[in-house]
Amino acid sequence: MICVNVEITPLPGIGTRQDFTIRAGRRVGVITYRDGRFELILSKATDPDSCAASIPLSPEEAGTLAGLLGAPQLVAHLREETRDIAGITTRQLPVTAFANRTLGETALRTRTSVSVVAVVRAGNAHPSPGPDFLFENGDLAVVVGTAEGLDAAAEILHGG
Amino acid sequence: MAMIQLGAVFFGLGLLGRVARRAGISPIPLYLIGGLAFGHGGFVPLHGIEEFTHIASEIGVVLLLLLLGLEYSASELTTGLKKSWMAGVLDLVLNSAPGAIAAYLLGWGTVGALAMAGVTYISSSGIVAKVLGDLGRLGNRETPVVLSVLVFEDLAMAVYLPVLTAVLAGVSFIGGLTSVGISLLAITVVLVVALKYGRFISAIVDSPDHEVFLLKLLGSALLVAGIASQLQVSAAVGAFLLGIAISGSTAENATRLLEPLRDLFAAMFFVVFGLNTDPRSIPPVLGIAVALAAVTTATKVFTGWWAAKRQGIGKMGRMRAGVALVARGEFSIVIAGLAVASGQVHNDLAALATAYVLLMAILGPIAAKYVEPIGEFFQRRRQMA
Repeated sequence: MICVNVEITPLPGIGTRQDFTIRAGRRVGVITYRDGRFELILSKATDPDSCAASIPLSPEEAGTLAGLLGAPQLVAHLREETRDIAGITTRQLPVTAFANRTLGETALRTRTSVSVVAVVRAGNAHPSPGPDFLFENGDLAVVVGTAEGLDAAAEILHGG
Repeated sequence: MAMIQLGAVFFGLGLLGRVARRAGISPIPLYLIGGLAFGHGGFVPLHGIEEFTHIASEIGVVLLLLLLGLEYSASELTTGLKKSWMAGVLDLVLNSAPGAIAAYLLGWGTVGALAMAGVTYISSSGIVAKVLGDLGRLGNRETPVVLSVLVFEDLAMAVYLPVLTAVLAGVSFIGGLTSVGISLLAITVVLVVALKYGRFISAIVDSPDHEVFLLKLLGSALLVAGIASQLQVSAAVGAFLLGIAISGSTAENATRLLEPLRDLFAAMFFVVFGLNTDPRSIPPVLGIAVALAAVTTATKVFTGWWAAKRQGIGKMGRMRAGVALVARGEFSIVIAGLAVASGQVHNDLAALATAYVLLMAILGPIAAKYVEPIGEFFQRRRQMA
């Protein structure tokens, strides 16, 4: 994985600033206030020293944004981890046929021998869901298994 | 009668504070003007509440410094000192010199020069932090530079105030050295203790109960300040050091709890300072105040420019850093207040300090706001030419 250098700068009396320079040349980061508030910052394109925006976020909002940005990253990370094992892949499958039904009811593991390692809902990843995990419309299941198994699982989750 | 007067003063301050908020400026200059209007030679002279306002203004100074100390942890102060001492020394030399020179030229002697040096040196960390937050500049790259200069200034205050207190008390050279020695020793001990055992000091004052916590905090602050004052080390420095020693979540809770009290008593302090200044003494020194304002604006801008340049920040950022430091406020008045209360300085010092702070507290935030559009305008013009 490519590492990003996050710069941590103390702001005496205020909190800390953590930011990094993105490939497009702008700085993106977060100011964490002493009292736990967050602010998302983005530097100006014309002046990298200054901020085009600093957006106050509540802890819940910050968590949601982190989920939105982090969920695809999680899948990519899983794919990376399982790539070396021959014949095993990870895929994100939309769940459309099991709204308000549990993961156990899909019987995915017995029918296709794949496992659901996480469910992404509204940008938040729910890792290792149990058999009584309740699906909602729009959920994405992060599934690991063989190519054939995944095809079969996709069909089941999509309405098989 | 006393109740009515006090009520009128507080209510009036509330209205002034509202005006300040609307206009987006610091309320400090308006409080000073309020004090001027009430006091000797003002429109409505007040009688009978001097005793209360006097003690309230002393508590105001203690709380101002206590909260300043609470704002910074000991580790922030020590790393800040290591990183920014060169900019800090430049700041000290460039910005205390104009005040000292002006006082000499006016014939106010060494004591007056020492006091005026402090008045023009110290930026208002309250105004600066507020302006940076309001303008959304906390994420800017030059902001840590600005903040570290402020940290240095606050530490310099901890050395300067005892010196000033000793000199104002008219003690001998040896006596002055002793009080400086005591305060330096106290600062070192407090920093070391706070770094290693900060949680124990916090534990002494901390309490889950708000009432107990507030009483313990206020009690310990006044005790430490009073003892420091008895040792001739200045009550304000005692409170500042206590603030540094209290750390972590205790410091955060203490800040939240004391902020309204500080606002109340500090407002009282500014009013009392204004009360004791005769408004008629201001016009004669206004010219000097304007000249000092012009010179010390330039010196602060240069300080910030130089400090930001050393951190590899671009031209616009350097300009922003310099202008952000321009505002002077509460601590200039604290210094002038100490000097005036001692009776060891020329009577006009209060008037000059008032006029100077009025100018700088208003000019600072406005300059900080408009430095960017003006800078961009000039940049565009240069590109077109």
